[in-house]
Amino acid sequence: MLRLVSFALFIATWWIGSLLIGDAKLPAPPAVLAAMVTEAKSGALFLNLGATLARVALAFVLAMALGSAIGYLMGRVRLANRLGDPWLILLLNLPALVVIVLAYIWAGLTEVAAIAAIAINKLPTAVVTLREGARALDPALDEMATVFAIPRGRAFRHVVLPQLAPYIAAAARSGLSLVWKIVLVAELLGRPNGVGFEIGVAFQLFDIPLLLAYSLSFAAVVLVIETALVQPFELRVSRWRPRAA
Amino acid sequence: MQLEVDITGKHFENAAGERHDVLAHIKFSLHAGEVGVFVGPSGCGKSTMLKILAGLDRDYQGRVSHPAAGRLGMVFQEPRLLPWRSVEDNVRLAAPDVDEARLAELFAVLELSAHRSHFPGELSLGLARRVALARAFAIEPDFLILDEPLASLDDALAARLREEIATLVGGRTMITLLVTHNLDDAVRLGDRLFLMSARPARIVAELPISMPRSARGVAEITAIKAAILRRTNGERSEQDVS
Repeated sequence: MLRLVSFALFIATWWIGSLLIGDAKLPAPPAVLAAMVTEAKSGALFLNLGATLARVALAFVLAMALGSAIGYLMGRVRLANRLGDPWLILLLNLPALVVIVLAYIWAGLTEVAAIAAIAINKLPTAVVTLREGARALDPALDEMATVFAIPRGRAFRHVVLPQLAPYIAAAARSGLSLVWKIVLVAELLGRPNGVGFEIGVAFQLFDIPLLLAYSLSFAAVVLVIETALVQPFELRVSRWRPRAA
Repeated sequence: MQLEVDITGKHFENAAGERHDVLAHIKFSLHAGEVGVFVGPSGCGKSTMLKILAGLDRDYQGRVSHPAAGRLGMVFQEPRLLPWRSVEDNVRLAAPDVDEARLAELFAVLELSAHRSHFPGELSLGLARRVALARAFAIEPDFLILDEPLASLDDALAARLREEIATLVGGRTMITLLVTHNLDDAVRLGDRLFLMSARPARIVAELPISMPRSARGVAEITAIKAAILRRTNGERSEQDVS
């Protein structure tokens, strides 16, 4: 209910703003909705959203898997941390644009280059978060697992992984928002489809309704995924906590 | 089956590089069915010794021969339960082979039957300690280590839990090693008492109590305690104190 009120307030503000600034710069909601319907009818909207979503999913999974493994290793093994740390700092501070442009130059304007570039941008934040998680593992529980001779695999699943879960959730949350932001830049620069590409086209044509139609559709998809997937997952992994914040 | 311990020294270096001797010479052996109790002042190195005996710390001088292929059960000073697993799952994770009947019996003895599906965060410290006990007994250990399992419980609860431990220890032939700083616990549960010195710890006296646990009433316990105090103040021998 509160969410609906909040949404209505947003539309109202938008509409009033559009009346004040003028249709040329900020089209009113019906104009944007019309653009959205046209794109949806031609199928282009879903094709582009789908392409973007697929890239997001692939890059996200790749970066999370690799980043978690590297972060865990760096948190547990001092040598790995020493070796990896300079690279980590470099990657953390490398602008996304540099990675994307270099990936396209070296690997061509391909899907692989785009996904790899997005994943590389997200990777270091996952590594840093999981490294903190691995460092915060409770040695008392490790000792318990050793004393009771719990096999490594079982101990990892039942003793280590639940301790890492909040860190994995945090990495997923911050990582996903990073991927949402970067994927459009990668598409703008070197893909022939996707929301980023369409926004680039709309920008060149100065077609503001089209630009807003794609931006808002994209935002809606992000919102649905965050509330339908990410938040329930976070709730599930922390259900044993007496009262989650 | 027996446990033979001959630790000649253990030290560690702190962050400033200073050397701290924790254990001096500790030599004893325990047979299956015996309960050895270590009594000593807080911070004397008892927990360090237990870590070595449990195989968690291999950086020491000397030798520890474990019971061959023996299963180790341990109750740590803190319960060390997994907060994200229920009481039953905590026990089953350590003891995957435990059958339902045995588990039900253990939970009944330790009065945990009503708490099976609770998470450790919902338990009091006394209950959590019982779960730790259930976990250690569920694996049917050959070698059981109890590190101050009754610390920071009120007297009535500690007494009840002590009886429960006595029941469980009596029901199985194993080597049991109990660390405590409470002489009452020591005298009620132990077959042999080892009195430890302050850090660096060594064994200052070894006192056998031959009277069976079940025969020790209030009067006997008081007498044994008096004998122990006499012994620690005076001569050192390995004569029976009961």
